[in-house]
Amino acid sequence: MAEATLSSARPARRPIAGRVRAALILFAIFAALPPVAAAIDDPFLVLIGTRILAYAIAALALDLILGYGAMVSFGHAAYLGFGTYAVAVLSSYGINDIFVQIAAAMGVSALFALITGAISLRTTGVYFIMITLAFGQMAYFFFISLSAYGGDDGYGLSQRSTVLGSDMLENDFTLYYATLIMLIALFWLCHRIVGSRFGRVLTGIRENRVRMEAIGYSPFRYQLTAFVISGCLTAVAGVFLANQAEFVSPAFISWHRSGELIVMVVLGGIGTLTGAIGGAVAVLLLEEVLGSLTEHWKLWFGLFLVLMVLYSPHGITGVFKKLGIGGSAK
Amino acid sequence: MTNLFVLQLLNGVQLGVLLFLIAAGLTLVFGIMDVVNLAHGVLYMVGAYLIATFAALTGSFWWGLLLMFPAAIVVGLVLEVLVIRRLYARSHLDQVLATFGLVMIANEAVKIIWGVSPLSVPLPEIFSGSIPLMGPLQYPVYRIAIIAAGLGVALGLYVVVNHTRIGMLLRAGATNRTMVSALGIDIGKLFAIVFTLGGVLACFAGALVAPILSVDTGMGESVLILTFVVVVIGGIGSVKGAFFGAILVAVVDTVGGVFGPIWLRSVLDPSAAGQVGRMLAPMLVYILMAAILFAKPAGLFGGRG
Repeated sequence: MAEATLSSARPARRPIAGRVRAALILFAIFAALPPVAAAIDDPFLVLIGTRILAYAIAALALDLILGYGAMVSFGHAAYLGFGTYAVAVLSSYGINDIFVQIAAAMGVSALFALITGAISLRTTGVYFIMITLAFGQMAYFFFISLSAYGGDDGYGLSQRSTVLGSDMLENDFTLYYATLIMLIALFWLCHRIVGSRFGRVLTGIRENRVRMEAIGYSPFRYQLTAFVISGCLTAVAGVFLANQAEFVSPAFISWHRSGELIVMVVLGGIGTLTGAIGGAVAVLLLEEVLGSLTEHWKLWFGLFLVLMVLYSPHGITGVFKKLGIGGSAK
Repeated sequence: MTNLFVLQLLNGVQLGVLLFLIAAGLTLVFGIMDVVNLAHGVLYMVGAYLIATFAALTGSFWWGLLLMFPAAIVVGLVLEVLVIRRLYARSHLDQVLATFGLVMIANEAVKIIWGVSPLSVPLPEIFSGSIPLMGPLQYPVYRIAIIAAGLGVALGLYVVVNHTRIGMLLRAGATNRTMVSALGIDIGKLFAIVFTLGGVLACFAGALVAPILSVDTGMGESVLILTFVVVVIGGIGSVKGAFFGAILVAVVDTVGGVFGPIWLRSVLDPSAAGQVGRMLAPMLVYILMAAILFAKPAGLFGGRG
């Protein structure tokens, strides 16, 4: 069902090298942003940039299963929650080291992804979408019930994470570059995963599950492994998000956020890691711009989304191609 | 204790029939048209806003309810023609994105039209007050009326689906869409009818709860997710599944929410029981869903996976 329609809507395979080049260009632009922000004296840009980079990590992680495994997870905001709350909870116990926080976030996420993924993956298509949505909400209500951490109202962090005892992340520029380095590292990791034997089996299952079973692979195990990896990487995005906002709240992880993550992946062009990053940039910039123009920006964002789906099946990449400026999107 | 249990059970049934009204439309749209409609909860919200507006304009709950129906039909048809119709042939992912967009548009549009402060709808005169049930136990008349109305619609739907020509087409469409259209049925028209019927049911549910809830933009969201759980548990496309799923989910949610902490207190010390109870209560229905799906991946009455 969903698998078949997903794959038929996807453009033919393009050389991966071109996409990596596009990613490198994106990373170069990211790297140049803080000096530019300093030059035009707009430090707020760096904070928005950090937010964008964190969401890019999440979109990248989601694309791993959505684009390469055709698993439409509608509950990925839950992992952002585990990441953000790992920072809040550990920091309230005086544990501020970012590596410990990341490890804890990934551990909890791996467990949650393993259990919910094992149940969700017994189904496909619409069932999978709705079940992951329901599990995402389950996590959401869990975070709301954490009254010690503000419940509905959220919880302000007393300080940002430390790196091996140093409080260098208190500086917005350092936090920005740390997030960028994490994004680049995870992009490289995902790129390697996709190109590995594991990634090819995953893509094979996406294209033709029955055939992969026939030649002796167990789709369930590969899909579950990918699901767990994706959850863990999304949690890393949450850790950086909490540091950027210095505040955690269930509002960050409602089902709307899960929907936005899917929007990022699809707008950027599913099944292209660079696209996921581009999609995150596009969605967040659009939100910022619309938000600065009107209080009711969600109306225009929704309208944009509906029109995009109805008239441009291949996302922003498709629009660029139609306009004949698709060179860098390859 | 028994009284409290009966009270919560009735509250559960009342929430259950409401969930059924919403889930019936959602499951038919899934089952027959194969469309994931995230905007279904929006229709429930719109129903509540429509009755609030019409009741305020006419000064009467009943006129408000009466005027709500034609307006709901118009809303359903407009949505079908403008957006849903173009999504039939698309992937589930596209349907999710487009209807997600609709949710954002609808929530903001409602805020623009009606403002952000919640509206209230007065209870109709004859349904105010409570009636004695057993011993000292009182139950609000209006909630009993909701249960009766919901059961009435369920019965009506049962008759329509099982004993009429359109019901035959609905069942046939849910089983084999291609065959139905090959037999010369105008499938486009059938789809429009199904979607509008589902929309009207959701609006009706919204209108029914409007007097006992505050009408605001968040109301569609929480109910949408619960409705998904209902549909998944019941089995996609099954109206019977939607009915039993809705009652089950609602009763577990309300009864478990109150009695979970009480039961926990017999095993844990009070403060720990309170803590764990508060955490588990809202997660109960999802745990139920996980357990049912673990045993039956296609839901209790589901055929298609």
